[in-house]
Amino acid sequence: MLHIVVNGTAREVREGETLASLAKRLSIAADVFIRNGFAVGAHTQLADGDQAALIEKGRMPDQKELESLMAARHTPFVHERVKQAVVGIAGLGGLGSNIAVMLARTGVGKLILADFDVVEPSNLNRQSYFISHLGMAKTEALSQQIGEINPYVLVEAHTLRVTKENAAALFGGCDVVCEAFDDPSAKAALVTALLEEAPKVKIVAASGMAGYESANAIKTVRRFANLYLCGDGESEAREGNGLMAPRVAVCAGHQANMALRLLLGITEI
Amino acid sequence: MKVNGKACSLKEPVTLLAYLQQLGCDPAKVAVERNGGIVPKAQFGSVMLRDTDELEVVSFVGGG
Repeated sequence: MLHIVVNGTAREVREGETLASLAKRLSIAADVFIRNGFAVGAHTQLADGDQAALIEKGRMPDQKELESLMAARHTPFVHERVKQAVVGIAGLGGLGSNIAVMLARTGVGKLILADFDVVEPSNLNRQSYFISHLGMAKTEALSQQIGEINPYVLVEAHTLRVTKENAAALFGGCDVVCEAFDDPSAKAALVTALLEEAPKVKIVAASGMAGYESANAIKTVRRFANLYLCGDGESEAREGNGLMAPRVAVCAGHQANMALRLLLGITEI
Repeated sequence: MKVNGKACSLKEPVTLLAYLQQLGCDPAKVAVERNGGIVPKAQFGSVMLRDTDELEVVSFVGGG
């Protein structure tokens, strides 16, 4: 017998079982067949230890099945590991809102979000908010989106200004904190306070993602043992050099990917 | 002394704060490690640099 996991449930199947024959036995009218994170043909044979997903388009699965199907395209065992993790996001602007959405899709177990501000029209050129969120606290608007994207993510939202005084109390229990402020002094103060008062926390910060210079200039570097820095290091937001969705999202992607790597135990950039 | 991996010489005893200002850095916009340990912001003005120190200075620009 082969021991596999199908749609989140451990099962024993016989040698030679294919995804299609298994779907038939389980009475699932599957349209999509996924094996170990990759969409494959219906007649692919199963092997011992496989993680399989059988998805019928348009059918709403029950709660237990839904979470496993949402993670079916993850590399095997990524979901199990990130589900245990806590990530803090300090600032919910162009970087933070996009990082939060990416980490929610990744299925990080708990996100601690902090921002003092409300959504206003000039945010919508790069931040993950909608017209319907105008005037709403960013914490609330983002919590709402995460609930729609991945309701299995626990969200702890703090509508306040993060300072060097409250940073360790807010984020000291996190595995990783993403620094996602706009103001350079606030960035430096947060990083310094956390490294000083929460020495186990790994920080993924950002510097330099304004304008429309090459996206390839944005990279991830490791500056201190527990400080990773994403960005081009120099493109400052200032008069004449705005912040726009593509480069901000590239930088947010760098931060989210480094956070994911750290959660998986990888410390190299 | 080494700053961000590059050797540099100190002409006279100087505080971290004064050194950052000499470099043209805004002390408010940097995070500094000295010999592998973070330097609290409140100590920038009192930490005297030594010729054997290794500094890592991370500068932040605005935008996010």
